[in-house]
Amino acid sequence: MPIETTNLTPLDETAGLETRDMLLNIGPAHPAMHGIIRIVTKLDGERIHEAEVEIGYLHRGFEKMAETVDFNGVMPYTDRLNYVSPLINNMGYCMAVEKLVGITVPERCHYIRVILSEISRISDHLTCVGASAMELGAFTVFLYMIKAREYLWDLVEKVTGARMTVSYCRVGGVKADLPSDFAEPCRKAFEETRKVLSESDALLTRNRIFVDRMTGTGVISAEDAIAYGITGPFLRSTGSDYDVRKDCPYAVYDRLSFEVPVGMRGDNMDRFLVRMEEMEQSMRIVEQALRDIPPGPVLVNTQTGHPIPAAEMVDLAKVGNINAFSGDSAVTCPTLEGSSRSQHPSIATEEKRVFLPAKEDTYGNIEGLMQQFKLVMFGHGVRPPKGEVYFPVEGANGELGFYVVSDGAGNAYRVRVRPPCFAIMSALPKLLTGDMIADMIPTFGSVNMIGGELDR
Amino acid sequence: MNNSELIESVKSHFPDAVLSSHSYRGDATVTLREKSLVEIARFLKEDPAFQMNLLVDVSAVDYSTFGKRRAPAFFTSSGVAVGPDSQIPDEDPWPGPPNTRFTVVYHFYSIAHKHRLRLVVPVEESTAEVDSLSSLWPGANWLEREVWDMFGITFRGHPDLKRILMYEGFEGHPLRKDYAVKRRQPLIGPVN
Repeated sequence: MPIETTNLTPLDETAGLETRDMLLNIGPAHPAMHGIIRIVTKLDGERIHEAEVEIGYLHRGFEKMAETVDFNGVMPYTDRLNYVSPLINNMGYCMAVEKLVGITVPERCHYIRVILSEISRISDHLTCVGASAMELGAFTVFLYMIKAREYLWDLVEKVTGARMTVSYCRVGGVKADLPSDFAEPCRKAFEETRKVLSESDALLTRNRIFVDRMTGTGVISAEDAIAYGITGPFLRSTGSDYDVRKDCPYAVYDRLSFEVPVGMRGDNMDRFLVRMEEMEQSMRIVEQALRDIPPGPVLVNTQTGHPIPAAEMVDLAKVGNINAFSGDSAVTCPTLEGSSRSQHPSIATEEKRVFLPAKEDTYGNIEGLMQQFKLVMFGHGVRPPKGEVYFPVEGANGELGFYVVSDGAGNAYRVRVRPPCFAIMSALPKLLTGDMIADMIPTFGSVNMIGGELDR
Repeated sequence: MNNSELIESVKSHFPDAVLSSHSYRGDATVTLREKSLVEIARFLKEDPAFQMNLLVDVSAVDYSTFGKRRAPAFFTSSGVAVGPDSQIPDEDPWPGPPNTRFTVVYHFYSIAHKHRLRLVVPVEESTAEVDSLSSLWPGANWLEREVWDMFGITFRGHPDLKRILMYEGFEGHPLRKDYAVKRRQPLIGPVN
């Protein structure tokens, strides 16, 4: 490492005392690190003189892999970027490819994406605040917040079928419609989350120990934060109000009213307060979106209608007897629930060269079958024209951008992710220098480093 | 400023440096000569009409196999290119890949004026060198290290150009197109 240990600094020449800097290696695997990262600090007593951050322990080659699979095949990889809020990554990637292809999605689909990405943002902030509170000794808050996150992940599970690795968005739409009674569990989950937030607020915001450890540590000015490329709650804690949702609105964010909380001092306490307020604003967004969302189709009651097992439908179609099931719905695997023919127009683009048909069409008519095969056969699939686009969305940690280059083939020529916490981590030495070694814990906690998106 | 004003303004200030420009899909893009990168970046950062104070991203593209990739399947040529939607501006077509092997791509954003601009710098394979922006934006430090790590493009004047995601002793630059996806390298122990 380039840090010298032999540097002797005289403390007081008359007393003949001298201090010697000490190297302290923290990580790569350390209980107070929420990921694998190494920080080499140079200490003068307990004060950090210099710090060097080493990353890359979780590098999985996302960008290389994205060049080898087709455009929809990248979706599971994007789940694993920021694995606490995977729906935002899904959405960002899909919108970048949609911009490249040149299609728009139905309005209901926009609302579904907004609702789910805001729920993900809350769960991300809960994890960040809860974990950093735990590291300062507030274990109760951590358990409360993880409890609230569980309610939110139950919502995510209701919609997508999975809690973390959701792979829910598709180029040109989403996998399935919201469950018909989604508003009610959502209201209940938010009630619980608000309860947890007010409890946590009571436990932390005026807690002497917590406030003393958070205030005045990890300070950065707005100019420095911008120079480092920091965005998101971290930048907003310094007083700059840049938020992609407000300043470059995408999807339907321009129709929803919400506030962008900003801090004043740019320290850990402000970042905590900004995140706490953002959770409330995200809940406001979801509530408005659930109110304004265009209604989905009125579904035929599957109990009284004619649900036919998919295999039976295939058998009937094979012998040409397609009139026997016209208008019936296929009973497929539960993960495909919500993507029947009647729901299809509200969740997917009309562009047939991009989105898979409903299963009823795949099994029931030749056009649907051809559409399905043209999209899933090896070497086929979504084919954007040649070009390059950049599309930013507001991730939980800041601006999450996807830069996609296509050469007209079935897989991307280049996919670049602009991970929000990369910029924050590059500023970490600056944030740590001058603080005590114990202050590293709240500062690093408020960075909300997510190894998946940092190292890709 | 809107896209065409941004591009025209850069062109009028640096007529010799700008090679081409487009705003494909609404992304204002200026391709420029490598020599004038720092000069233009400083102008973009400091000029009151631009105020591009946020360096969003630095990345690179290896264009060596652009449009030349082997078709993965027999029927692949039957794939139909998707036409653009009318809602997305497309009056400005994409000019195509550059003549050089690499491009280094910079994305800028102005928090004050809320406009975005992309700078594209074509880089020859033989030199594979551009000037570093780390003196203007400290955030460029890590981003340029990543570009060097992944593509082997050197940044002149960078304070500490070394690998960031890969380890010391890793051979080659993995995002170059001639680096095979399945290439294995031996596991190494701790370096220090």
